[in-house]
Amino acid sequence: MTEKLVVIGAGMASGRMLEHLFETDPSRYQVTLFGAEPRGNYNRIMLSPVLSGEKSYEDIITHDADWYAANGVDTRFGQTVTRIDRAARTVHANGVETPYDKLVVATGSAPFIIPIAGKDLPGVMAFRDLDDVEKMVAASTRPNARAVVIGGGLLGLEAAAALRNRGMEVVVLHLMGHLMERQLDPAAGYLLQRELEKRGITIHCKAQTKAILGDERVEAVLLEDGTVYQADIVVMAAGIRPETRIATDAGIHVERGIVVDDQMRTSDADILALGECVEHQSVVYGLVAPLYDMAKVAAKTLTGTDAAFKPVKTATQLKVTGVNLYSAGDFAEGEGREEIVLRDAAAGVYKRLVLEDDKVIGTVLYGETGDGAWFFDLIKKAESISAMRDTLIFGQAYQGGAELDPMAAVAALPDDAEICGCNGVCKSAITGAIASKGLNSLDGVRAHTKASASCGSCTGLVEKLLAATLGDSYNPAAVQPICPCTDLGHDDVRRLIVAKDLKSIPAVMQELEWKTSCGCAKCRPALNYYLLSTWPGEYEDDNQSRFINERVHANIQKDGTYSVVPRMWGGITNPRELRAIADVADKFAIPTIKVTGGQRIDLLGVKKEDLPAVWGDLNAAGMVSGAAYAKGLRTVKTCVGSDWCRFGTQDSTGLGVRIEKFMWGSWTPAKVKMAVSGCPRNCAEATCKDVGVICVDSGYEIHFAGAAGLDIKGTEVLCHARTEDEALEIIVALTQLYREQGRYLERIYKWAKRVGSASIKANIVDDFAKRRRYYERFVYSQKFAQVDPWEERVNGKDAHEFAAMAEFGFPQAAE
Amino acid sequence: MTDWIKIGQLSDIPQRGARCLNTPIGKIAVFRTATDEVYAIEDRCPHKGGPLSQGIVHGAQVTCPLHNWVFSLETGEAQGADEGKVQTFALRRDGETLLIDASFALAVAAE
Repeated sequence: MTEKLVVIGAGMASGRMLEHLFETDPSRYQVTLFGAEPRGNYNRIMLSPVLSGEKSYEDIITHDADWYAANGVDTRFGQTVTRIDRAARTVHANGVETPYDKLVVATGSAPFIIPIAGKDLPGVMAFRDLDDVEKMVAASTRPNARAVVIGGGLLGLEAAAALRNRGMEVVVLHLMGHLMERQLDPAAGYLLQRELEKRGITIHCKAQTKAILGDERVEAVLLEDGTVYQADIVVMAAGIRPETRIATDAGIHVERGIVVDDQMRTSDADILALGECVEHQSVVYGLVAPLYDMAKVAAKTLTGTDAAFKPVKTATQLKVTGVNLYSAGDFAEGEGREEIVLRDAAAGVYKRLVLEDDKVIGTVLYGETGDGAWFFDLIKKAESISAMRDTLIFGQAYQGGAELDPMAAVAALPDDAEICGCNGVCKSAITGAIASKGLNSLDGVRAHTKASASCGSCTGLVEKLLAATLGDSYNPAAVQPICPCTDLGHDDVRRLIVAKDLKSIPAVMQELEWKTSCGCAKCRPALNYYLLSTWPGEYEDDNQSRFINERVHANIQKDGTYSVVPRMWGGITNPRELRAIADVADKFAIPTIKVTGGQRIDLLGVKKEDLPAVWGDLNAAGMVSGAAYAKGLRTVKTCVGSDWCRFGTQDSTGLGVRIEKFMWGSWTPAKVKMAVSGCPRNCAEATCKDVGVICVDSGYEIHFAGAAGLDIKGTEVLCHARTEDEALEIIVALTQLYREQGRYLERIYKWAKRVGSASIKANIVDDFAKRRRYYERFVYSQKFAQVDPWEERVNGKDAHEFAAMAEFGFPQAAE
Repeated sequence: MTDWIKIGQLSDIPQRGARCLNTPIGKIAVFRTATDEVYAIEDRCPHKGGPLSQGIVHGAQVTCPLHNWVFSLETGEAQGADEGKVQTFALRRDGETLLIDASFALAVAAE
């Protein structure tokens, strides 16, 4: 018989519990799931990377509506359960009663809001769920936006670093004498503070917040000592408390949290509880590893299998890119405790081990955290370390006399060594899965064991395990590196440029550990583009990192001469321009004049030294560079539309001109060609372009992701726009999304295939606010991009390019 | 005997860039690396005649702009799987001044 299971709370703990339950006994329960948030389950500990922009919400979803549907779960998202009726064995939500045989309470915790004046002002928020993240992101887009974060613990600092990443001015107020005092000792706290200050975050320790000031909304934060910090938003990250109200109301035993036994049962045997809302042996847990242990136990209890939750030691890592920090165990000073400390102030490395009775009981690592898992294992094992005490602090590689290579170190880890702290996965679980499931990739290990699937900081260890287990048959290059100068792929490099605030090619190569001193012809143009598109107005183009065509703004041909294409907006020209082109061709004896596929005139066979003079004459006739050589917007091809054509529905020529004038000069990952056709007869051939518009009676059909190059591909329809303004905004936003996500040299159609049309539509079509933001970022970057490169060079820029360094006499002639 | 002829200043060439010398035996490309080493090689790729002076300079190497062959500026040898070699010319820096061994020009003159 199928029993009824009701779960209150759709968070990480209950999601994991359902997973275990369906793995063991998928048909035992008919499950109804209530979630207060209007969405499925996501990896809450990854909200910081979402806030910083390093990941998207889609990246952190763990169970979406499809998953629940596939497992037959009746989901009630956005519904809050208001009452449990234990006598009738029902729960109440939205005025509806739902009966249960077993009930699981997984209501999690609520952020602790400090009870001070002004706490209810608009602009004061917690950092707890996706709605908070969205509020913070929205606030960060205002110019010169300022944030005050109250709380210098794990959560507060992740929020602060992420907001800073988004360009806000950030102040962290922390009540205690040093940051993260629960995980760090003062020395490591100091190093962390210094690092965050280097990133431009103001840290104020021993800060007693007195009040939040403001009339309509938050304006500032006042401290007891009289200091005032201006603020557009205030993020409260001062701690969490278990959300227990519903259990209390139902008469279940609650202390700080809902009291559970080793089987996760509450005082009512038919009601289980797990996650941050529970208290087990007087301890309340806030880190994810023990919550996942609870999920396992609860699933077993529900299926009638013996299992017991045991209190666990946890290790902590801060998820701020570029900050390496690890702590585990107990590191308070105390009688009978000794410590071993290693400091290298210049390198920003600090390691501390706390010992008691020749056993490691706690560790704090800053700067270098590679041995964290090994020290944590020593803590859990509680074995005597007296034999290796002299070299213990140097880590695992230095034990046993000789320095081991990292692979041997991983191979030497005991089977029960914990590899993934978030998911509590030990070494043998990973090596076992590799062997039994025939896994050969990181993704495979993630799918089958969950190791490295949460915060990802153990990814390196998991990869070493794969290599150690599979030997040569492991091919770690699942991510295609940009070039042999690095192991990083395009996406990682782009992400790290933002996360680490890298603003020059040497900085990228230094920070991301490039293997060559100055890159190569593949990575340098890519980095130049990523920097230029990430930091418009801040990054100065590195001309020497461009291919010759873009360096001299003309196309190199097979014989070393160049071709020059003046811009003809939307394909429109006039007698004056045509005369100037003819005159230039005569004057410089240009051998070939050709009309291109994009409706422009190509002057082929120009000598390099003649280029500035050719451009000078074309400029004088009012023409600028057609950018026919660019990884950027090249042409917008048009038909004559409603102006002349008896079928034309809209002013396709006018729209083409408008798009071209709006978007010229922008740099993109690869060339971009567009077209606008005035009716579905499609004379401008818009349906094989990167972006195409087909005008129809009701407006504009916007197409994208076509190609007529190496591949021939028809476009897909993106959406329908009613007005020209709307069409322009959509096209611009689409191009900006491509500029931000496309890999260098990846055409729009390849990018669209990789990220999926659905995600593009979600960003550009479905979400107006997002579309507007992409549009605005494009507009901002155009301020710096719309400069005619020809004119600059006619006026002397890069003059060295066009003249020989020296001429040698021809001795024969002198005779 | 080496006949050093002054061809210009280091600052005439951008870092990671090149300039050309027009000579009786064709163009010679003079390169300046990111670390200010200078090299002179024949400005002609042995593959399809591409102007190497127009390529991207990385380390002490240049990538031909036509078909991406890579040459060592020190030895003139094609790198990687490609086979071929361009002529190199002795070049020296005297402070900021660049001098080239002009014996190639004399050889032409003597003919």
